[in-house]
Amino acid sequence: MIRADSPVLLDVRGLEASIGDAKILKGISLCVRAGEVHAIMGPNGSGKSTFAKLLAGHPAYTAIAGTVTFRGNDLLEMATEARAQAGLFLGFQYPVEIPGVSNAQFLRLAYNSIQSARGREELDPLEFDDLVREKIKVVEMDPSFLDRNVNEGFSGGEKKRNEILQMALLEPVVALLDETDSGLDIDALRVVANGVNGLASPDNAIILVTHYQRLLNYITPDYVHVMQDGQIIKTGGRELALELESRGYDWVRAEFERARAAA
Amino acid sequence: MSTVAAQSPFMKTLLGGEPAGASGTAWLDRLRAGALERANSVPLPTTRDEAWRFTDLAPLTRLSFQPVVEAADVAQDDVRDRCFPDSHARLVFVDGVWSSELSQVSAGDGVAAMNLREAMAKYPALVEQHLGKLARSDSNVFDALNTAYLRHAAVIVVADECSAPRPVHVLQLATGRPGAHALYPRVLVVAGSRSRCTVIEDFVALAESVYFSAPVTEIVVGPQAAVSHVRLQREAPDAFQIGSCNVSQDRASSYQSIHVALGARISRLELNVTHTGVGCETRIDGLALIGRRQLADTHSFVDHAHPEGKLRQVHKCVAGAGAHAVFNGKILVREGAQRTDAGQSCRGLLLSDRAHIDVKPQLEIFADDVKCAHGAAIGQLDPDELFYLQSRGLAHERARNLLTYAFAAEVIERVPVAAIRTRLAHTVLERTQEPA
Repeated sequence: MIRADSPVLLDVRGLEASIGDAKILKGISLCVRAGEVHAIMGPNGSGKSTFAKLLAGHPAYTAIAGTVTFRGNDLLEMATEARAQAGLFLGFQYPVEIPGVSNAQFLRLAYNSIQSARGREELDPLEFDDLVREKIKVVEMDPSFLDRNVNEGFSGGEKKRNEILQMALLEPVVALLDETDSGLDIDALRVVANGVNGLASPDNAIILVTHYQRLLNYITPDYVHVMQDGQIIKTGGRELALELESRGYDWVRAEFERARAAA
Repeated sequence: MSTVAAQSPFMKTLLGGEPAGASGTAWLDRLRAGALERANSVPLPTTRDEAWRFTDLAPLTRLSFQPVVEAADVAQDDVRDRCFPDSHARLVFVDGVWSSELSQVSAGDGVAAMNLREAMAKYPALVEQHLGKLARSDSNVFDALNTAYLRHAAVIVVADECSAPRPVHVLQLATGRPGAHALYPRVLVVAGSRSRCTVIEDFVALAESVYFSAPVTEIVVGPQAAVSHVRLQREAPDAFQIGSCNVSQDRASSYQSIHVALGARISRLELNVTHTGVGCETRIDGLALIGRRQLADTHSFVDHAHPEGKLRQVHKCVAGAGAHAVFNGKILVREGAQRTDAGQSCRGLLLSDRAHIDVKPQLEIFADDVKCAHGAAIGQLDPDELFYLQSRGLAHERARNLLTYAFAAEVIERVPVAAIRTRLAHTVLERTQEPA
C-alpha cells in the first residue's frame, strides 16, 4: 500500500558492491516506505540476490560506494546480527541445514536473540513452544518439523515454509525474500504467499526478489523494479510484472540502452 | 627397589620416594616391583618416536611432580555438583586416593563396585587374574608408573548373566592443591559372560593448577557380554593427562565407548582394544574440544585377531585458538581374522587460523576377506552457515557455538546417559570467545 506520508524504512542510494575483484552492483537506488511491497525482478546474474545478501550483511560482499539507511541508521556499519535485531530479515533462497540442532532450539535462540536486543522478555522452552505452535499455523507446517534438525532433509517447500515461520516469529520491519518461490509447487506457493500476505502490515515492508512473475499473482507488489547488470533499469507498478511475463526482459534493456544513448 | 638410575629429573622426582610400599600381597608386590623396574628403564617418549611424532611432552617433562602421600580433604558439596543422577554406584578418588566417605559402593553379588582393597578380599582370584594384565607396563612408561604406584583402584565386577541396571560412576577428582602432584587413577572392569554394564569415568579438577595424571583403565569383556564406557576428561587447563584404556573382548562381546577430551594443557589417550574371540563388536567414538594452547591426542588401536569382528569408529576434533588435536587410528587385521568389517572416520573442525589437527589413519591388514573403510576430513565453519545464523540475530560467538555443537552432535548424541549429553551440549553452546 502506497502512502506518501508513511515513514521511509530503507533508503538505498547509489549503492555499488563487489565480491572479490568483481563489481556486481553498479549504483542502486531504492526507497522503501512502511506499508509497501516491492518486487525486484531480473534475469539470472543481474545482481538481485547479491543486493539482498549485501543488505543482510553477508561477509563475502563489500559495499564500495553509496549509502544504505535503515530506520535512520547506517546499515552498512552494522554487524549482521545487529541488522537482524534492528528488524531486517532475509528469507534465504537456499536455507542452510544444521544437523544436530533441533528446529525448535534454533527458532527459540533466534527469537530470544531478537527479543533481548529489543529489550523484551526472553521465553523459556515451554512458553516458546506455545508461541511457535501458534505461529506455525501461518505456514500450515506440521509441528513435527519443530523436533527435526534445522532444515535437514526438508523438501524445498518445507524449507521455504520454515523461512516464513522465522519471519512470523521475528516480526521484521523490512523482509527481503530471496527467490522464495523457487522450487515450490503450486500448493506450497499458495501457502507461502498467504503467510507473507498475513504478515504484511502498514508498519512493515516487504521486498520480493524473484525471477518469475508467478509469485506476484499471489502477493501484489506496489512497485516492480527490473534489475539488469547490477542496476535498476526500470521501475513501474504491478502491471510491469505482467508485461515482463509476456514480453521478457529484452525490451526493457533495449529501452534502457536507448535512453542512455540519448542522454 | 630398583637400582636402575632414572633417566631425567622428571622421572627422578616421580620415582623419588618408595612408590607404593609393601601391600602384604605377594603377587601385587611383584606386579608393582616389575612395573617400577620398567618405569626406570623404558625411556620417555620423544617426538622422534613415530607414535609421539605430533605430541611433544617437553612442557610436561620440564616440570617436576611429587607422588601423593596423604589424601586431601574434599567436601561433600564438591562431589554433589559433579555427580550424575541415577547411578548404581559411585566410586570417588581424590588425587587417585580412594575416598570411602564420598563413595557409594555396591557390594551386591550381581554388580560389585568397590576399592581395590575390598575387591582383593572379596574376589582375590579374579583380581589377581586380571589386574595389570592389559596395561602395557612393559613398553609404556606411563602405564608402568601407574602400576608401580598402584594402591587404589576402582574395581567393578559384573557377575555372569547379570545386568547393571544403571551406570557405575567413577569420579576422579584432582584437587589441584599446592605441590604439583602426580596422580595415578586406576580402574579395572571385569564383565562376566553375558553380562551388561555401563561405566562412566569422569576426570574432574576442583581447582585450576598444574598437576600430572597418568590414569590406566583395564576392561575385560567376557563372552557375549556388553560393556558401555564413557570417559570424560575435564582436567584443569594447565594440567597434564597421559592415560591409557586397555580392553580385551572375548567372543561375541560388545564394547562401546565414547571418550571426550575437554581439559588439560596436554592430554593423550591410548585406547587399545583386542579381540580375543570371534564375532566381537566394537564401537569407539571420540570428541576432542579444545582451545587456547591445548594439545589433545587420541591414539586408538583395535587388534582384530579373530574372524568376524566389527568396528565402527567416529572421531571428531574441534580445535580453536592455538590448539592442536592429534588422532591416530590404527586398525590391525591379523591373518585369519577373516570377514572383519571395520569402518573408521575422523573429522576435524578448525576454529582459528592458528589451530591445527593431525590425523593419521593406519590400517594394517593381513587377511584377504575383509571390509575396511576409513576417511578423514578437516574443515572450517561454513561462512554461509554462520551468515544464516547471524542473519537471524544470533551473535557471532553464539552462531559459532551452535555450529560447533552441530559438528560434535553425532558423538554427543551417542552418549548413553542423558545428564552427560545435556552437560556436554551446555559446555559446547556456552563456550566463550578465546583470546586469539
